[in-house]
Amino acid sequence: MSVIITDQGFQTEDWTGSFTPVTDLPANAASVEVAIDLPSDFDPLKLADRLEEIDFIRVDFPSFSDGRGFTIARQLRLMGFGGRLRARGHLISDQYAMARRAGFDEVEISDEQAARQPEADWLRRANWQAHDYQSRLRARG
Amino acid sequence: MYSYTDFDEAFVRERVSQFRHQVERRISGALTEDEFKPLRLMNGLYLQLHAYMLRVAVPYGTLNPAQMRQLAYIAERWDKGYGHFTTRQNIQFNWPKLKDVPDILDALADVQMHAIQTSGNTIRNVTADHFAGAAADEIEDPRPVAELLRQWSTDHPEFQFLPRKFKIAVTGSPNDRAVTKAHDVGLRMVRDASGEPGYEVIVGGGLGRTPMVGKVIRDFLPKADLLPYIEAVVSVWNLLGRRDNKYKSRIKITVHENGLEKIRDLVEERFNALRPEFGGVDQTLLKEIEAQFTPPAFVSKPTDAYEAARASNAAFRSWTDTNLAAHKADGYAIVSISIKKHGATPGDATADQMRVMADLAESYGHSELRISHEQNVILPHVHKSDLPAVYAALRDADLATANIGLVSDIIACPGMDYCALATARSIPIAQEIATRFDELKLEHDIGPLKIKISGCINACGHHHVGHIGILGLDRAGVENYQITLGGDGTEDAAIGTRTGPGFPAEEIIPAIERLVLGYLDLRSSPEETFLETYRRLGMEPFKAILYPPEDKANAA
Repeated sequence: MSVIITDQGFQTEDWTGSFTPVTDLPANAASVEVAIDLPSDFDPLKLADRLEEIDFIRVDFPSFSDGRGFTIARQLRLMGFGGRLRARGHLISDQYAMARRAGFDEVEISDEQAARQPEADWLRRANWQAHDYQSRLRARG
Repeated sequence: MYSYTDFDEAFVRERVSQFRHQVERRISGALTEDEFKPLRLMNGLYLQLHAYMLRVAVPYGTLNPAQMRQLAYIAERWDKGYGHFTTRQNIQFNWPKLKDVPDILDALADVQMHAIQTSGNTIRNVTADHFAGAAADEIEDPRPVAELLRQWSTDHPEFQFLPRKFKIAVTGSPNDRAVTKAHDVGLRMVRDASGEPGYEVIVGGGLGRTPMVGKVIRDFLPKADLLPYIEAVVSVWNLLGRRDNKYKSRIKITVHENGLEKIRDLVEERFNALRPEFGGVDQTLLKEIEAQFTPPAFVSKPTDAYEAARASNAAFRSWTDTNLAAHKADGYAIVSISIKKHGATPGDATADQMRVMADLAESYGHSELRISHEQNVILPHVHKSDLPAVYAALRDADLATANIGLVSDIIACPGMDYCALATARSIPIAQEIATRFDELKLEHDIGPLKIKISGCINACGHHHVGHIGILGLDRAGVENYQITLGGDGTEDAAIGTRTGPGFPAEEIIPAIERLVLGYLDLRSSPEETFLETYRRLGMEPFKAILYPPEDKANAA
């Protein structure tokens, strides 16, 4: 099992559908609810024409030191993806603010990781909108 | 000089509080050592050979006297009474205790300083020309842009877990004093046909075990496009850079393996997507930053006292000949204070010396200090009439060595005396070379000559761009020193060429002496520098000097 983390703290999984590896994305998914799993070495530009059809994207973090997922999330948002976006795998609470700022809605970690890094550690970084140089520099004039 | 906004102030305080919490979680076991490591690194804390080392950023090399005094205070309160100025405009404290580090970071925040992103796989401290705002040849002061880049890169959510470290340098002068071609990204200020200032963007330079001179990826980037363009470069590399081998992860390898054309196309594509993200507020902020870098109020007064002191005091004259550089304002000079006294550790300054330099900056230097990548301290704005007083105070503090740019002004990495990666000693080699040439009393006759020493192939001592580079290696448990010639870290950047077999520790000093004395015989006139002679004659005559026939059997 795993734990879902949002700005409100630990949550249980509320997505009842399944997750499909991106390689198995059906040719036309517009009429059904689709959630896909992206590996961290996936080039998001390959999904440029498909984002409209996808409801939920889960990006893998095989190791907390592999920061590609943050750029993948930013790029998906830049490309116009408006669906649900989740970082899943080995993340630490210190990365929660980075994940949210990069465009993720939530983080999914294992029960074992959640036991070692309790909810309070994650809630400490729920203030990710504060102290953010990027939102300051990118504001509209 | 830049002064923190309320935002900056709140940011560094919050960051210290986060780090304090991270240290507690490491101690409680909530964080594994693996997980704690990148967190301490992105806050400047290394684990070295004997102890932790804290690397503090001196953004774009600029300090005020209060900041320098605080560094002296930190050195005395939490370390062993000295600090080490590095080649990337940082200062390192070699002996802090882990439990004290959050307090040290708070003490730094008290004077608007930090240690953020001085280590780890992050965008590092942005470096700049150490003569910025004072040099006679400058197009524009590069520090406002360096400060903008500091803010943009600080805690950037995409770029805290990069494939490897990422270093940016910026210069505002055609004469490159910031070694921009040896950085992951180098920015050189240029003007376009209409006279508008912008940047030449250089990518993929670097030293280390695979030295490469950076390549121009964009001839002219308008100032206003800087952040989206640099973000595009780092973002493309973050996805493309290799994570399977840390020796192949720097952007220089990514550019080499993919080709400059492909990287350029990817960057332009990403840049076009990112550009609309920046709505112009970054340029408003840049204007506010620029307003804080207005030049000091220079005064006009006679320089007779300076000329009289030069005429009457040979030691003072010698010091002014080597340690001054041309200033843009009439009657002013840029003073380089040598932290390279013969026989001392290059770059080490005591707390007392830091206070003397802070006092001098306050009394005579419009309250500005700089740290150079050559590990010296600079008073960028001193009126010539004050130079005799400045010199006298420096002499009393053992800081008046007249050797800037000369054979004993050596860059050396910490080497095996401190560093866990080193394969040989660097500091003692630098000390012995400096001491030997001081005994020979030939230093001023030899003239401009840059010797740079690294204690392992990671090349922190920049040996690849030394006119004479020395690389210390381990050969079956014995230190062995290879020599390279012809390296150059300026706008004409070049990687030095190996002379041949290396020398054991006891033979490297005589080898360097042979090489330099041999140059004196080879040069066409006293005006021809070592580098110019090497470029004119090539490697062969120097090789003949280094490896005389009868010695060949001995060279390892």
